[in-house]
Amino acid sequence: MLKHSHLIDITEYSPEEIYEILDTAKSFSEVNSRSIKKLPTLRGRTVINLFLEPSTRTRTSFEIAGKRLSADVINFSASSSSTKKGESLADTAETLAAMNCDICIVRSKMEGAPWLLTRHMNSHIINGGDGCHQHPTQALLDAYTIREQFGGFEGLKVGIVGDVAHSRVAGSLVPLLKMLGAEPVVIGPATLMPSCPDLLGANHSYLLDDVLPDLDVVYMLRIQMERLEGQPLPSLREYSMLYGIDMKRLGMMKPDAIIMHPGPINRGVELSAEAADSPRAKILDQVNAGVAVRMAAMYLLLGGESDGITA
Amino acid sequence: MALLLKGAHVVDPRASVDEVCDVLVRDGRVVACGTNLELPEKLVVKDLSGKYLLPGMADVHVHFRDPGLEHKEDILSGMRAAAKGGYTAVAPMANTKPAIDSGSMISYELEKAAWEPGRTRVCPVGACTMGLKGEVLAEMGDMVAAGAVAFSDDGHGIQNGGMMRRVMDYAKMFNKPVMSHCQMEDIVGHGVVNEGAASTRLGLAGWPAAGEETQIERDIELARLTGCHLHIQHLTTARAVEIVARAKEEGVPVTCEVTPHHLFLCEDDIDARTYDTNLKMNPPLRTHDDMMALRDALCEGLIDMVSTDHAPHAAHEKALEFNLAPFGTTGLETALGLLMTHLVLPGKMSWQRLVQVTSIAPRELIGLEQASISEGGLADYTVVDPDVCWDVRVDDFASKGKNSAFIGQKLTGRATDVYTAGYASLEDGVVTF
Repeated sequence: MLKHSHLIDITEYSPEEIYEILDTAKSFSEVNSRSIKKLPTLRGRTVINLFLEPSTRTRTSFEIAGKRLSADVINFSASSSSTKKGESLADTAETLAAMNCDICIVRSKMEGAPWLLTRHMNSHIINGGDGCHQHPTQALLDAYTIREQFGGFEGLKVGIVGDVAHSRVAGSLVPLLKMLGAEPVVIGPATLMPSCPDLLGANHSYLLDDVLPDLDVVYMLRIQMERLEGQPLPSLREYSMLYGIDMKRLGMMKPDAIIMHPGPINRGVELSAEAADSPRAKILDQVNAGVAVRMAAMYLLLGGESDGITA
Repeated sequence: MALLLKGAHVVDPRASVDEVCDVLVRDGRVVACGTNLELPEKLVVKDLSGKYLLPGMADVHVHFRDPGLEHKEDILSGMRAAAKGGYTAVAPMANTKPAIDSGSMISYELEKAAWEPGRTRVCPVGACTMGLKGEVLAEMGDMVAAGAVAFSDDGHGIQNGGMMRRVMDYAKMFNKPVMSHCQMEDIVGHGVVNEGAASTRLGLAGWPAAGEETQIERDIELARLTGCHLHIQHLTTARAVEIVARAKEEGVPVTCEVTPHHLFLCEDDIDARTYDTNLKMNPPLRTHDDMMALRDALCEGLIDMVSTDHAPHAAHEKALEFNLAPFGTTGLETALGLLMTHLVLPGKMSWQRLVQVTSIAPRELIGLEQASISEGGLADYTVVDPDVCWDVRVDDFASKGKNSAFIGQKLTGRATDVYTAGYASLEDGVVTF
């Protein structure tokens, strides 16, 4: 059972709690490979997917996770910007709270939005990504995937490559990896680097090729063109030239190094088609882990015990 | 009727007074001060023993939201907040709806303020450019005729350097200062917190110090060119202090102010668990080192004055996501307590210096007669109880704005009485109008 009511900021969790989530996810992952994938665990519970920013994959993953645990999952989509002229997020939250939901998953382009919800709802809040801040379930599913590949984290060099400044994935993954004993390094153009990457717990490098041969995990961030105000990149062509993984860079990697990506991938930008389809790429394993990790998070937040899963 | 202010510790550096004495006031002026005064028969006696009697505080940077945004504050509620906080005079900025950019708008403010002794003095600041758009000069001459004391497009920096030059050239004809909110918009972008630790930690867009400092440098060069008095509003960094200090040494006519929130809060105070929008400021809270440097600079004389940038907002407006909430904190009712608690009582700032930065320098900037505790002097006073401990509580504010960055703090020292032209605007902690 977790000490926390919410899963919003990964830095509030201890390594023991992280392992509890990962272990629980492992049990659920087994269920996910059965032909009958449903457990009665959260029957009668209500989960609201409050997505204030377009998302298909994360929302679907949470929806499947909730349904596999027999919860009633309701999708609520709106636009963050509508709060400017219409209902505020606080009012939306109180409306949802009046409907008595048990878990609310929130995705917003506004950093800190999940904490705002906690002040207006009694539900457990799961951060499904808040702006450029954090995306804890993504980091957990990434950690799950890395653990499956390497058995642990101690001393693993994980390069997180791309638009680090705007990445909520990096915002959660870097501190999580650091906490578990890995050595994260963030890599990307200076125009897409946060001003104090060391504060997140990572070393940093501007040039991928300097560090690529040392990496155990090459984690490619999605280049989100819609976020890149002011055109900080000269061109996608140059980005791909400096940071894209192609067959040549694949050849520079350690023999057992893997490629990860939070998806959706831009083929030909972060990853060449060959790299994306190579066995080194664990992108679909990540997606698969996502369902189990989200099941684990919901289950544990609602008071479940990691060793109490009965199927 | 004469008024005897009895037994307070009187501090007035201009009159070289720093002792316990009595002050006799009639018709808004000091008749006599000292001990064993000859007293008239008809007399109101106010016992101020244990308290400090200071030349009345003035704030050259407040937002009263009137006209147009009266749900946040109006001129009367702002005046009452000022009195509650110990202020005798305030200079409201021009970023109302519509903006204060004409003589008739200045007249509107003054009429609504309805000056008489015992009310807060309102000294309107006019816009530099029409609608604060930075494109067309505002009618400064008309505004001066109506009573404007200074010009500012506060809320925005004037982006076009040529326009700023014209503004300063024009304003100097009227011998009025131009107050500059320094923000180079193409460097600042959509920044909402200090670029550095806060932006990295919170994932919020960064507002870099360079966005402020580059425009301070530009405006100083324009002050050197035009000879216009430039007043740098709410500077926030150690580097900005150095830039202004150097310009002063070179004889550029420049002064500057600092706010209590930049003196007593820093970027580290924005908690990743709350994203408290009351700590969303423009310019943003800076580093801890900057904050400490600002305190030193204020105490040592490099920063001329304290202004609050009192920025009231409705609760529902601040109860939004950090990016969507408006900038600003209220300040009028907490400034004195903060200065007392953090600087005066620990001995870092003398009482004389407190008077200098809260009364003498701001009055000089806006051309308001100095308050004085000497014969014939203007009886605008702030009475401070230096011992009272109090909690900053939402329910206690006279301002309509409850968005204080200091809610929950315990402070020592506050104003108990305020006099303007010899009549109380605050009496025993209660606003009289």
